[in-house]
Amino acid sequence: MTTESLPAAAVHVDGVAREFGAVTALSGVDLTVAAGEFVSLIGPSGCGKSTLLRLIADLDRPTAGSIQVFGRSTEQARLAHDYGIAFQQAGLLPWRTVRANIELPLSLHGVGRAGRRERATEMLDLVGLTEFADHFPDQLSGGMQQRVAIARALAERPSLLLMDEPFGALDEMTRERLQSELVRICAETRAAVVFVTHSIPEAVFLSDRVVVMSPRPGRIAEVVDVRLGDGSRNDALREDRAYFEAVTAVREALHGGAATGLRGVETR
Amino acid sequence: MRALRRVGLGLAAVLLLALLWELVKAVVPEDGWSIGDLRVLPRTTDLAMPHVPEMLSRLTDPLAGASADPLWLAVLRAGGTSLRIAAVSWLIGVVVGFALALLMTRFALARSAVLPLVVLSQTVPLIALAPLVKGWGAKLDLGDVTWQPWMSVAVIASYLAFFPVAVGALRGLRSPDVLHEELFTGFAASWTQTLVRLRLPASVPHLLPALRLAATSAVLGVVVAEVSTGMPGGIGRMILEFANFASSDPAKPWAPIFGAVLLGLVAAGAVGLIGVGLGRFRRTEVSA
Repeated sequence: MTTESLPAAAVHVDGVAREFGAVTALSGVDLTVAAGEFVSLIGPSGCGKSTLLRLIADLDRPTAGSIQVFGRSTEQARLAHDYGIAFQQAGLLPWRTVRANIELPLSLHGVGRAGRRERATEMLDLVGLTEFADHFPDQLSGGMQQRVAIARALAERPSLLLMDEPFGALDEMTRERLQSELVRICAETRAAVVFVTHSIPEAVFLSDRVVVMSPRPGRIAEVVDVRLGDGSRNDALREDRAYFEAVTAVREALHGGAATGLRGVETR
Repeated sequence: MRALRRVGLGLAAVLLLALLWELVKAVVPEDGWSIGDLRVLPRTTDLAMPHVPEMLSRLTDPLAGASADPLWLAVLRAGGTSLRIAAVSWLIGVVVGFALALLMTRFALARSAVLPLVVLSQTVPLIALAPLVKGWGAKLDLGDVTWQPWMSVAVIASYLAFFPVAVGALRGLRSPDVLHEELFTGFAASWTQTLVRLRLPASVPHLLPALRLAATSAVLGVVVAEVSTGMPGGIGRMILEFANFASSDPAKPWAPIFGAVLLGLVAAGAVGLIGVGLGRFRRTEVSA
């Protein structure tokens, strides 16, 4: 499946609300993510960004509005394996080797042994863990585990990657390296990405667009167009003026959206 | 080396127990210790507490008279009979317990309906069940097979053995994190796939102790069931019979008791071997 052949947007969110009892987690959210586009969701704790991601992944259902993934319902998209997903915790199965963890979605979906092996080898190469193929997750560092999780999410060549603070638990050095890797991987796979984060620099460095959300009720406050470096991002970009301007723009959007709701936002 | 150390420690504990026994015999007066009319420490006469060497040497003497087999051989033979029945009841217990756990994992309704009954079941004493099972078994029409007394014993003992398996397996099958469950939902994995790839492997660390507990429960159940159904040939009946010799041959009743202890150890050890080779399912995830 290549992104070009898909006529519909990767994600189309239309007037979505999600209420948990009396608490409104999301209200009136409209968002369209184009095929191959990288969109970050950023905002303080409780702004519903993770909820929105879970709705797109069909791990939860909206109480109002509708969401389409490549023109289908989220359930159809999930059952058709349209997306890969990665969470803040790597969530590797401790009894499976790195290779077997990457092969897991493939074997669940009936890919033969040879096909699984070939794909896992490719993925291991992509995330630079070839020599750790036969290690178990508890023998890897946090950053390595997260790379395995990303490789697993990409194993089925999804046209959409959903990531919920995948680098949130990592140290700053590992984080920047993995961000650069993710940019490279996305350029290679041309997958659309919805990326939830707390970190403004991370959102700016990675994204085509940054969606700034505000809490109580969770909604979209502003969408900041970033599109730095004509798609060819590298570490030099982190010292570019355009980068700092975008960081400032996102920060102001966060302040403007909810002056009191800044808890939980990292400015590093 | 570590295995050797553990065996050594085990033997030392047995030796310590024997020493303690002799110490009590030496220190506590023959009539025991009483506070008022209440006896807090038992009598220590040779009738009530035979010396350890006496109990051991009795094992090598013939069962009764001079021509019979030595006592230890008779105990082992009875133990073998009981062990075979215990193995059958363990198997029944594991199958039934695991089936119940699966049912309770699959259906929340079954969990709230069955789990209290499972717990309640263990409050019914085995002795109360024995005549019932024996009676039902006799009425069963199995074609050419006739219901044997040992089958009643196996069924009664399995009533004790299924419990730890049901509870342990249920906890194990429900042990995966929400994170892993959602991951499998995201993969659009079926319930069976999630069971085989996620729940079963995750349940291993909970299941192994449960299986071992079931083994000792099965042995205990067999001993009690043999006594309460009156089945001859096993270690339970032997304990009952030999108790009659408490005054004439005080060391003799201890032989089948040692046999029962050995039986429990052998059963638990054999089941413990299942865990060998399942080491990778005991790895724990180090979170990122």
